[in-house]
Order: sequence, then structure tokens, then C-alpha cells
Amino acid sequence: MALDQSFVGRSYPPTDPYEVGREKIREFAEAVGDANPVYTDTEAAKALGHSDVIAPPTFVFAITFKASGQVIEDPQLGLDYSRVVHGDQRFVYTRPVRAGDRLTVTSSIETIKSLAGNDILDIRGEVHDEAGEHVVTAWTKLVARAAEGA
Amino acid sequence: MTAKISYDDVEVGTELPAQSFPVTRATLVRYAGASGDFNPIHWNEKFAVEVGLPDVIAHGMFTMAEAIRVVTDWTGDPGAVVEYGVRFTRPVVVPNDDKGAVIEVAAKVGAKLDDGRVRVDLVATSEGQKVLGMSRAVVQLA
Repeated sequence: MALDQSFVGRSYPPTDPYEVGREKIREFAEAVGDANPVYTDTEAAKALGHSDVIAPPTFVFAITFKASGQVIEDPQLGLDYSRVVHGDQRFVYTRPVRAGDRLTVTSSIETIKSLAGNDILDIRGEVHDEAGEHVVTAWTKLVARAAEGA
Repeated sequence: MTAKISYDDVEVGTELPAQSFPVTRATLVRYAGASGDFNPIHWNEKFAVEVGLPDVIAHGMFTMAEAIRVVTDWTGDPGAVVEYGVRFTRPVVVPNDDKGAVIEVAAKVGAKLDDGRVRVDLVATSEGQKVLGMSRAVVQLA
């Protein structure tokens, strides 16, 4: 059954702050095999004008995707997550995520479409730091494939 | 933020150095831990086949993370990336052998924008098949 269009525009409460750890950034950079010292060496990061080590561009997804669980698991929305695949992902950055950031995510449903029985859901996650400044916006498109016989 | 590349030194069509990124089951286990995405389709062959996949597949976000390295290695400063988006068109299948899979990434300047920014268009393939579509980054050059 198609998702309820009245959920478009619905916004969920901001998450509790996620504190970005230096070692978590290192672990992520190593996991993707990226030896750029700006991820691990404070002096290298400062040489490029950053106040501390920064995170790779896609690091923040771990935080925004966890936050989007508010939407995915909203019983009123009724998304069948077992049929969901990740369609698109986009980030627009005001600045890179860096060690010591305490980030909150405000998720909202931007669009809901139904195409050939598939439900397509665009979730927008606005990421702000402790000072309330915008850091990055993440758009996550989820596609819930049509159930057989539906 | 200080990119190594100058806006004036690039033209539409300027190619970035292409790179290839190997991915094995061990890579995926490590990425699962680092990213917190423990979906078994990325490490459990039995589960992957049961849900209709040919084999274990790489996290789409892993492929996205590798592809942007062509851009961040080029600019020197990953903080120069101001926008990045992809469409996940086809999974990267990672067999349980000594070789795993390889993700090949090519990129070129697709457009010169205002304020020293350029759009970089990325092409990511594995086994000759495109795995990311509409893959674009906007970077702030020096």
C-alpha cells in the first residue's frame, strides 16, 4: 500500500548530540584505506586551515542514517524496511565534520512518491554543531520495493 | 581550507588521476565496524543469497567513500568538497576468494561554477559495469 502523502514535510525532534571522536575518524579513514594525514594528524589538519582533524566526506552518514531511524521506524508511517534499498545519497557541506564536534540531526520527510508499486522516500537530515551552526545536510533516498502480489 | 589545485588551471574536461580500489570480505567487515552498518548482506553469503543477491555485496556507502578519494587526493584538502551525491545503480559483488572485487573510479571536471568552484563528474565501475550513477561533487578550488 502506498505511503501516506500527509507525512511529507513531517519533521522529527533533533537527536541527542553525537560526539565525533578522533579515534573514530581514524578507524573510518583506515576502513576505507585513506591515508590522507588530515584525518589523523592535527598538525597536518592545521596546515590546511582546520582547527582539528577532519572526517572523510561520507563519515557523517553513520550519524544521519542512525537519526533517520526515527522516520524508518515510525509505526504510523509503516515503511516495510525489509524491502528497502538505498537509492541515492547526497551531502551539502557548510564545513567538514571535525574531531570534538557534538552533532545533532534533525530529520524530516521531504518527498514521498509511488512508482510502479515502489515507495520512494526522501529523508533530509540537517546536521548542526553545539553552537547551532549548520555543518552538513544529508539527503537519503530510500526505495521500498513493491511486495509480491501487492 | 586550501586546495592544491587552482581554479584557473582547470578546464571543462580536465581529467583527475583515475584510481582503482580493491575490496575484499575483510574490507567489508572492517567498514561495517567503522560505519556501524552491520546489515548481513555485506558479510553473510547465506543471508545475501536468501534475499536474492548473487553473493555478498559491498556497502553502497563504502563505494561512495572510495569514489570521492579521487577528488580528495586531487584537491589535497578533503574540506574542499562542498557537495557530493551519487545514485546507487548496481551493487559491487564481493566474492569470497583471494581477490575480492575492484572499484575503478575515473573523474573529470564537468563544469566551472562561480566563486572558484568546479563540478567534478565521477564514473565508478566494477567488472566493467557502472556501479554509481549521477555521481557528482562540487569542490572549492584555490
